[in-house]
Amino acid sequence: MQLTISDLEKSVNSDLTTSIKTSKIIFNQLILEIDLENLYSSILYLKTNDKCKFKQLIDITAVDYPKKNQRFKIVYFLLSHENNLRIMINANIDEKSSVPSITKIFPSSNWMEREVFDMYGISFKDHPNLKRILTDYGFEGFPLRKDFPLTGHSEVRYSEEKKKVISEPVKLEQAYRDFDFESPWEGTDYINKENAKKNKEK
Amino acid sequence: MKKQTKTINLNFGPQHPAAHGVLRLILELDGEVVEKIDPHIGLLHRGTEKLIEHKTYTQALPYFDRLDYVAPMNQEHAFALAIEKLLKIEVPIRGQYIRVLFCEMGRILSHILNITTQALDVGALTPSLWGFEERETLMTFYERVSGSRLHANYFRPGGVHRDLPRGLSDDIFSFCTTFPKIIDDLETLLTENRIFKQRNVDIGIVTKQEALDHSFSGVMMRGSGIAWDLRKSQPYECYEDFNFKIPIGKNGDCYDRYLCRIEEMRESVKIMKDCIKKMPSGPVKSIDGKVTPPKKKDLKNSMEALIHHFKLFTEGFRVPKGEVYTAVEAPKGEFGVYLVSDGSNKPYKCKIRAPGFSHLQAMDYLLKGHMLADVPAVLGSLDIVFGEVDR
Repeated sequence: MQLTISDLEKSVNSDLTTSIKTSKIIFNQLILEIDLENLYSSILYLKTNDKCKFKQLIDITAVDYPKKNQRFKIVYFLLSHENNLRIMINANIDEKSSVPSITKIFPSSNWMEREVFDMYGISFKDHPNLKRILTDYGFEGFPLRKDFPLTGHSEVRYSEEKKKVISEPVKLEQAYRDFDFESPWEGTDYINKENAKKNKEK
Repeated sequence: MKKQTKTINLNFGPQHPAAHGVLRLILELDGEVVEKIDPHIGLLHRGTEKLIEHKTYTQALPYFDRLDYVAPMNQEHAFALAIEKLLKIEVPIRGQYIRVLFCEMGRILSHILNITTQALDVGALTPSLWGFEERETLMTFYERVSGSRLHANYFRPGGVHRDLPRGLSDDIFSFCTTFPKIIDDLETLLTENRIFKQRNVDIGIVTKQEALDHSFSGVMMRGSGIAWDLRKSQPYECYEDFNFKIPIGKNGDCYDRYLCRIEEMRESVKIMKDCIKKMPSGPVKSIDGKVTPPKKKDLKNSMEALIHHFKLFTEGFRVPKGEVYTAVEAPKGEFGVYLVSDGSNKPYKCKIRAPGFSHLQAMDYLLKGHMLADVPAVLGSLDIVFGEVDR
């Protein structure tokens, strides 16, 4: 018999009692928030448990919230073919802590974890080959962090004098303009900033 | 005494006609047998996800055409669905039918390219010449409806950009009646072809368990006998209204995947025909003026329409706070979009789940112990497009 999403929530909650911080169902998808220490065991449980059968890892990604104490939220997407259900597993982590790699549970997580490392600089414990994947050879910085500028830090061009491809700091003919089109009466950024400035001067 | 053997390292790509784009493979060869493969990707990385965070939802949509540029509208679909879910708006039924029509067209576009180039990789030139003619016809349909052959930007949140121009559905229907003959012709060239079979049968076998472990989806999974298609199992849009079959393979080798793709094209033609026959009338996009732009005609007469138009194309619409994952059955597999909104007019985070990424990852285990000449054959049947793998 197929499980419904609320059955699943109940059974997961009763089996993983303490490891789950919050669980909610949004848009017919179960979202679990789990502590970093229990992440590995919970994912293993979800894969091997006879009821859940989340046998396929769809993706791993992270979201950056620079203002929060624990800066990153790492998200795992699992799919169960038997139950035709999806689940999202979230864990909040800070910049320094490293996440247990799940390459032993799902071999396909290898590249996905490498991508998260490449884009956010989150390190994974016991990963067989944790190096950059999408960015260029010798790239520095973590592009999807919110404090990384859209233009990047370096640009690549062919140098006629040196007869080779060189990398140098980005030079912009014109400063990057980020237009804020949000309605002024809804508290856009630049008005707030100007007011703050005026208040400071006072 | 132990015999000394030395493995040879070989660079395959980044510029190689059989690499289907910019893929660099570092092969470790023992004679002609592949010992290890280390794919280097990211040579086409354009930072799509970062760019999307800096654009409004409307401006972000065209980036999806540039992912899997072989079937652009299928990608737009996933993004549009994600926004619609967060906005909680419904697409009018005619809009849904048009979307299905063009998604299936995308599937045919992609499968023609894949089948014929795979044949090209193993030595058959003619199929690509025949197939590309049909692709050209399909792309003129894209052009007639959206104004451009490849980067359509046609599926918008809330529906589609415009209604079908006059006469287009008749032309698509007549294409649907002639195209099955072309599939038959391609099959006479390939299906029972001795060389094609020698190169593909029992090459790159994927078992059911391996398909699950390596996060395969789409034809890569169905070729191994797992009946899983998001159009059937988690129907989105109006796919429930259509009657179609999901072809699955038996052995999970390159040849079975080829056969699956051929059958899927036939099913797609059926859906397209059905779609045109049943096409309801009515609006093609949501009538909510806060999300979809007004008609050009109204701009001249209605002040409100003019304001809506101005606000939508400068500020854009705001999407309520929340996160959602939506997936569609793209020609290559499960294409997903994970969208996080912070309530503003720009996405806070947009993660694109490309099917090719997991498929390419499995190269090493798929090809271990195969011959060097099998590398392009397997690569061809994985159906890789670098736009979506590198993003």
